[in-house]
Amino acid sequence: MKPPPFEYHAPASVDEACALLGSLEDAKVLAGGQSLVPLLNFRLARPAHIVDINRIPNLDRIYERDGGVAVQALVRHAGVEDSELVARVCPLLSAAVRLVAHRVIRNRGTVCGSLAHADPAAELPAVLLALGGHVVARSTRGERTIPASDFFTSVMQSALAQDELLVEAWFPASPKKSAIAEESRRHGDFALAGAVRAGDRLALFGVAPTPVLADPKNPTQGLQPSGDVEASPEFRLHLVQVLTDRVFAA
Amino acid sequence: MKVNGVPHPAPVDPRRLLSDHLRHDLGLTGTHVGCEHGVCGCCTVLFDGAPIRSCLILAVQAEGHEVMTIEGLAVPDGPLHPVQQAFHECHGLQCGFCTPGFVLSVVGLLAEHPHPTPEQVDEGISGNLCRCTGYASIRRAVARAAELSKQ
Repeated sequence: MKPPPFEYHAPASVDEACALLGSLEDAKVLAGGQSLVPLLNFRLARPAHIVDINRIPNLDRIYERDGGVAVQALVRHAGVEDSELVARVCPLLSAAVRLVAHRVIRNRGTVCGSLAHADPAAELPAVLLALGGHVVARSTRGERTIPASDFFTSVMQSALAQDELLVEAWFPASPKKSAIAEESRRHGDFALAGAVRAGDRLALFGVAPTPVLADPKNPTQGLQPSGDVEASPEFRLHLVQVLTDRVFAA
Repeated sequence: MKVNGVPHPAPVDPRRLLSDHLRHDLGLTGTHVGCEHGVCGCCTVLFDGAPIRSCLILAVQAEGHEVMTIEGLAVPDGPLHPVQQAFHECHGLQCGFCTPGFVLSVVGLLAEHPHPTPEQVDEGISGNLCRCTGYASIRRAVARAAELSKQ
């Protein structure tokens, strides 16, 4: 397998990347590539242009901001996993990132890339939603903040415009009573269902086209999860109840 | 990019995966290619010292970076790397297809956790698939590699 042909761009700054995204038709941002490259290899994605942001300096910081942690676009999952700042301010994020794939994938994959990819079965979008965090998007038109509640719009779809680069994600400090639980067939696989607790808030993943907030007292209300070879809709609803009980038992 | 310490120009075609570049352009066929979407772990190489999947990175992205493949772990006819020695001693391989990926993942694991707990061993090798050994001997090999690395 090999990716379909594309034109490759390696901008040296965020401004240059935004200029490219603003002028090119059908461009895709390449950060860690741990979701995009498989899609290219399978030819499920055939972008005309790849904008590789890995050469941009000073875009890999984790820092404290507004009582939470800001994670810039080139911070790898492993960087968050090993960060003492994240462990202190947002231990929920430290716990969640360990559930993302395997360490070898986390050495390359990025937190912001996971959010922009918006896989409904992924952990980090649900964590951002449960905590009420936001992302910062930049384009030649300017910069805007998009709250998690507005960001995830459908399966692998986000509110990010074609010309926007997700430059930073902000995770509020996690409340004392926070937890994440998921069920997957094998360690590192995508979850069949998962639950994230941040204080009194509950977010679910793997059971709807986007991560969703739910009522901890009645978490399955209104849910219509899909069924596949891995799990039936009924089993997913069962998991939601069990996982919710688990995160609220802590 | 430097591969096993030797400088090489990046390939002209940007869609060339690092795994294919290593095998087809540089002849380093010790890097095996299994699933080509990041699941099996056979193509694992060290990228600036950390293990990554070479099938999930474009070769042009390695420009300016150091790549180490299984061929770079020990000098020809020299002693085996402690991880290779441990896999040999503990029968951590049968057909050998997955072995280069396992060995480099374990090199990365031991760099981070020189004395890994059984849980850290399981987590460390969980991203690599082996269809022969049933993993028991691979786990023993990791423990042995940690011992040998100490010496």
